[in-house]
Amino acid sequence: MRIGVPREIHPGEMRVATTPDVVTQLQKLGFTVAVESGAGLGSSFDDEAYRRAGATVVGDARELWATSDIILKVRPPAAHPVLGVDELDLSHEGQVLITFIWPAQRPDLLQQLSSKGVTALAMDSIPRISRAQKVDALSSMANIAGYRAVIEAAQHFGRFFTGQITAAGKIPPAKVLVIGAGVAGLSAIGAARALGAIVRAFDTRPDVKEQVQSMDAEFLELDFKEEGAGVGGYAKVMSLEFIKAEMALFAAQAREVDIIITTALIPGKPAPKLITADTVALMRAGSVIVDLAAEQGGNCELTVPGEVVKRQGVTIIGYTDLPSRLAAQSSQLYATNLRHLLDDMTPKKDGQLAVDFADEVVRGATVVKGHEVTWPPPAPKLTATPVKTATTGTSGNERERTGTHGDSEHTKHRMRPVKSGPGAMIAAVLGAAALFGVGAVAPAAFLNHFTVFVLACFVGYMVVWNVTPALHTPLMSVTNAISSIIIIGALIQISSTSQAVVWMAVATVVLTSVNIAGGFAVTRRMLEMFRK
Amino acid sequence: MTISTGLVTTSYIASAILFILALGGLSNPETARRGNVFGIAGMLLAFFATVGGVVTANYAVLLGGLVVGGGIGLVLAQRVRMTQMPELVAILHSLVGLAAVLVGFANFMDQAVAPTGTAIEKTIHDVETYLGILIGAVTFSGSVIAFGKLNGTIGGKPLTLPGRHWLNLGLLVAALVVAWQFVQQSAAGGGMTQLLIMTGLALVFGVHMVMAIGGADMPAVVSMLNSYSGWAASATGFMLNNDLLIVTGALVGSSGAILSYIMCRAMNRKFLSVIAGGFGGGEGAPAKSGTAAQGDTISIDAAETAALLARAKNVVIVPGYGMAVAQAQHVVNDITKFLREKGVNVRFAIHPVAGRMPGHMNVLLAEAKVPYDIVHEMEEINEDFPEVDVSVIIGANDIVNPSALDEPDSPIAGMPVLEVWKGKTTIVLKRGMAAGYAGVENPLFFRPNTRMLFGDAKKSLDAVLKALREK
Repeated sequence: MRIGVPREIHPGEMRVATTPDVVTQLQKLGFTVAVESGAGLGSSFDDEAYRRAGATVVGDARELWATSDIILKVRPPAAHPVLGVDELDLSHEGQVLITFIWPAQRPDLLQQLSSKGVTALAMDSIPRISRAQKVDALSSMANIAGYRAVIEAAQHFGRFFTGQITAAGKIPPAKVLVIGAGVAGLSAIGAARALGAIVRAFDTRPDVKEQVQSMDAEFLELDFKEEGAGVGGYAKVMSLEFIKAEMALFAAQAREVDIIITTALIPGKPAPKLITADTVALMRAGSVIVDLAAEQGGNCELTVPGEVVKRQGVTIIGYTDLPSRLAAQSSQLYATNLRHLLDDMTPKKDGQLAVDFADEVVRGATVVKGHEVTWPPPAPKLTATPVKTATTGTSGNERERTGTHGDSEHTKHRMRPVKSGPGAMIAAVLGAAALFGVGAVAPAAFLNHFTVFVLACFVGYMVVWNVTPALHTPLMSVTNAISSIIIIGALIQISSTSQAVVWMAVATVVLTSVNIAGGFAVTRRMLEMFRK
Repeated sequence: MTISTGLVTTSYIASAILFILALGGLSNPETARRGNVFGIAGMLLAFFATVGGVVTANYAVLLGGLVVGGGIGLVLAQRVRMTQMPELVAILHSLVGLAAVLVGFANFMDQAVAPTGTAIEKTIHDVETYLGILIGAVTFSGSVIAFGKLNGTIGGKPLTLPGRHWLNLGLLVAALVVAWQFVQQSAAGGGMTQLLIMTGLALVFGVHMVMAIGGADMPAVVSMLNSYSGWAASATGFMLNNDLLIVTGALVGSSGAILSYIMCRAMNRKFLSVIAGGFGGGEGAPAKSGTAAQGDTISIDAAETAALLARAKNVVIVPGYGMAVAQAQHVVNDITKFLREKGVNVRFAIHPVAGRMPGHMNVLLAEAKVPYDIVHEMEEINEDFPEVDVSVIIGANDIVNPSALDEPDSPIAGMPVLEVWKGKTTIVLKRGMAAGYAGVENPLFFRPNTRMLFGDAKKSLDAVLKALREK
């Protein structure tokens, strides 16, 4: 089947749905790839690079849409500014469209697609399960947005991020507050830390505390008990009292910090207003706010989506196209996400795409199949409560961490040797009975040896537990050498008058001396190698 | 020259102390070399005291035996490759077992040393002889089979005869019955037939026991045979009324037992179920796992691996048996050196059952001159994985299998594993997609942050080193 990648038509969109590297890999799956001329320019991939990777470069968007079985895009279909038609009209029945669609906001688009018979997969509707992480374009984009948010803030912040003592005086490090520690928030924390800033983070979900701290940032807590984790590991709407306490915290922080990066989103709801105009007024002149929730209305009251504004001396950045501002990186990650999805959907690697609803990831992403709207998908089988199971959490990283954390607890528990009370008692009683039995019948000479034996076992036990695991092999070879002390038995017998006994003793001497010489020598050889 | 009995006894005490010091020295590589000298001194002391105090004739054959045996031993020790250590240890165990059998028989045949005590003393002595030979024979045949399995002469798959537990039980009952008959016959001056029958039974038992054990359980089995060789020496000591043999045997026996325990715990397996065998040959084991690992692996090439390593700050290398097979330890060390010079923090994580013998990986790394202070045990390093940028898994599988923690139904559920998947990126070097010895699929390979570098470990790593140097 033929994959077509048109040039993005949304104003300012620099990303592209495939890169030359990915083109090569798509061909390995059995597809042929066509790219509209100039599609990759925004991400610094020229037509020649695509051609070298084996793609056909098509000059005309109409032709590309008409001849492709699968269309890979970044933005949802929209009116084409040059051709003067809607991209939807370029599509044809039976075509598969894979792109960001935002089905909840665009029911009209779903209707149009289904009436045209175009099967559509929304990259923003990939279910958030472990297996789908490699397809999770939202996480990829959030990661980039978080990084870029810090870069934008640095651009508008008139100072260093890192602290320095210079001949011209002391420079204090910048203080950054990150609100919402999802994928974007964590990415922002990482980028800000890397620039040398002091980073604080706040999130309504207490279980992300560990992740924030693992990024070397301080986690701010409210003295208030309310669980902020909702279904799917996303945040939920909090109670009024909580929000009040939260606002007070932000107001207090606003006096101290230089940069605030907000990433708070609640699925299906407008972004919560966390930074009021009053809070902005508390900030020092020259401070910067980057509002990653601008597209959903913004976390800051003063945010103007898509623009940079200055209010009361504070720069408020409301860009909604942060991933596009790092187009080469975004395109690379997004194209790889798409490639993984196509890989999953091409089980035979023969270039034949199968929209298989048995695959949970494909089912979740497919919003239109043929003439039928299939959104919203049935609820995922795995319910998400971050504390309980391994498959929950918000982002890729979080899911991994919460899950495995629980597991290690589990192992520790298992690792502990089970000492059941009655079992130990029975063993003790049996041991005592056995000792009593031996003592009652055995002669004194035997008991002397027996005493020595039992004590030696204990000495061995104590000594060997101290042996470092790295030296277990030398331990085995040296114990092997000394267990050949059995040579003494042969020495006792070798002077016997019986010829048969003498020869058996000689044989034993040979066997044991192989062991003694070999065991000690090889131990020595090994120990020589253990050097610092 | 004859040495008095008193002096012989005090020499034995000194020897026993020297042996304990030899084992005690192994707590640290620095003191271990001195400990080995103590062990040699103890052995020489015991030997010369016995020769001086007990031996009265046949010095020539004694010397001949020593020279031949010692020569063979030294040559073996020089020639053996470090990757073959498990085989060497196994075959040396078999010699101890055989020696115990021979000493037992010689003692029984040598009527001159038969005790002339009460009936109960005679019975105890007979039981001691019987046990010494029994344990010796099991050690011998078991170790020979273990040698064959490690060597590859005998396939690594467990031989699971139908009704094998009943066979073992039958052998045990038969051994008890024969023991009873032996004690009766021995009192009447006979008993040789029973001893021979028992030896036969014990040999069969040893063969059957080790044949039934799968490759993954080898470290536990080698330690167990180590323990048996000690108990055989101890039983011989009881038979000969010799405390030094008893003490030394007990030291070795408990040492082997502790190692077996550590190995079993590292696999979360019961000692008895290891002995019962049958693990790791795919008795339909993979099918059991309900959520069979699936999905795609992401491949990587040597140049990309080199790039990842060069960019990393924290690297952990997890070696497994595959590194030993490919003889890759030297190039691993070269890569380690290169990265360390560039300021990368490279460490090694060793799972207790990595390889075919306790401590196998440590010896290989030491051979390649990897400094031992960057080689860490599982417990030391497991918590650090979230901070690790790149983990490199070289020919290991089950010991890094997340299903041991995630899937309660998995055959290896509950086995402590190195949690490499918590790191940022994991690179797995592997020849193909075959399952590990436990026959269990490894979901690690399908994790999104795992990259597979297929091919022979040595060749792949050579290419990685070349790519690193060219940078």
